[in-house]
Amino acid sequence: MSDYLIIGNSIAGIGCIEGIRSVDKTGTITVISGENHAAYGRPLISYFLEGKTDLDHMNYRSPDFYENMGVDVIYGKKAEKLDPEKGEILLDSGETIPFGKVCVSTGSSPFVPPFEGLDTVESKFSFMTLDDALAIDAVADESKRVLIVGAGLIGLKCAEGLKNRVKEITVCDLAERVLSSILDTECAALMQKHLEENGIKFLLGDSAVSFDRDKAVMKSGKTVEFDILILAVGVRPNTSLVADAGGEVNRGIIVDGRMATTLKNVYAAGDCTEGEDISLGQKRVLAILPNAYMQGHAAGVSMAGGEESFNNAIPMNSIGFFGFHAMTAGTYEGDLYEDKTEDSIKRLFTKDDLLKGFIIIGKEERAGIYTSLIREKTPLSSLNFEILKQSATTAAFSPDLRRKKFGGMV
Amino acid sequence: MKRVYVNEEWCLGCHLCEYNCAFANSGLTDMAYALKGKPIFPRIHIEGNEKVTYAVSCRHCTDPICVKSCIAGALSVSEGVITVDRDKCVGCLTCVLVCPYGALSPSEDGIMQKCELCLKNSCGEPACVTGCPNKAIVYEERGAAN
Repeated sequence: MSDYLIIGNSIAGIGCIEGIRSVDKTGTITVISGENHAAYGRPLISYFLEGKTDLDHMNYRSPDFYENMGVDVIYGKKAEKLDPEKGEILLDSGETIPFGKVCVSTGSSPFVPPFEGLDTVESKFSFMTLDDALAIDAVADESKRVLIVGAGLIGLKCAEGLKNRVKEITVCDLAERVLSSILDTECAALMQKHLEENGIKFLLGDSAVSFDRDKAVMKSGKTVEFDILILAVGVRPNTSLVADAGGEVNRGIIVDGRMATTLKNVYAAGDCTEGEDISLGQKRVLAILPNAYMQGHAAGVSMAGGEESFNNAIPMNSIGFFGFHAMTAGTYEGDLYEDKTEDSIKRLFTKDDLLKGFIIIGKEERAGIYTSLIREKTPLSSLNFEILKQSATTAAFSPDLRRKKFGGMV
Repeated sequence: MKRVYVNEEWCLGCHLCEYNCAFANSGLTDMAYALKGKPIFPRIHIEGNEKVTYAVSCRHCTDPICVKSCIAGALSVSEGVITVDRDKCVGCLTCVLVCPYGALSPSEDGIMQKCELCLKNSCGEPACVTGCPNKAIVYEERGAAN
């Protein structure tokens, strides 16, 4: 019997542990870790390929973290069935673990479309886990041609990580632009140009339809030869534990601000969930690391009987390639303010006296000031937007607000 | 816990704090050698408008969103002080994306740096405070930041 059971040992799971321990120092905590690794910074896997970090520095917490937190970790096993009535989890090893409360932080899995001939490809990988990165690391060398299917965040970070290690990289995507989930056409074109200048080749508006060993046939009829295939088409939230137990699931597991699911004593956090995007005013899957941690923490505090809600989630991404960064947040609706140069774009979207979202490429200084205005729903009429739109600065705030933010004295 | 605060009305906008900060964190003993003719990467910076200037550095929030958002687990809190492990940081700038104060910026090599209150460098107390010519920057106990 574990007072608290956490299924999944990534960022939301760690947030959950830290949330529980902020309230309950002694209750027993067990973590089920499908991956045979201590929690690591998942987005670091591209930096690992690139040689910017290594296995010793990828640990998300210190090596003695689990011991200090009094946590038992069961590695290499997966939860197969959740029984909320009995308060039990069945593992794939056949063991049953009874629990008081459980947090489902199972993340997401790569979605692999049923490409014809995919089974004939020997060297094919997803790019979600450290084991994926280790497997790619083992086969990457300067003789290899790489085809990456998917020009989203995962595919492009993989391309960056591999660029200086392989002979050539081609990225294809059915979408007409790169990073289509976070960038509009013009911003995507700027980022694509930068990626191309760094040697990445693109086939956009065209994607693989079938494979024959080392050859991909594209929708356009073109063929691409490759030695390594990376499939980064998309991900799907791992919701089946909660769905099969009768909990409410849409694309992700439905949670409230305390991260409670519709099942008794069952909480959920991270990429497997669907929470309220306050910039959109709708529920959606927000599969980003900061939200995973904050949801996990809120779940942990709630499970331990404390009061914590996470109810100002927005999509937000900082993603850089070859030293060139894009920052995005919120939703792109409303009036547009734009500031463009040859190698930078800033787009701010305002509606109903609020900053709703932004895309900033190239000039990212202090962008968090914009992000906080979206998250805190600060009325723009309470500050000097003429100053603010030109530069992310607290100098645009009223003296009162600035005084409050910076600690009372002025 | 003691934090660095700035009195806007006394701040001259002279930028000396930026130079004192960059020097204190340079690891060098000669200020001219450390800074002269080079771009500086201070952990405090002057902001302002036509009416007011003030220096901004890390607030060492009690509930720091930068720490929660760090993809590498490189930012952590120890005894209230938020520090960055430069060996773990990969320079993704997510902390820049989330800090409501605009208090983090990358160093020359792209890895993040931030105000760590000069507790680990040779200065031993915030160099921006000791070097402020108008005593606009102070280091004192005022309770929790947001």
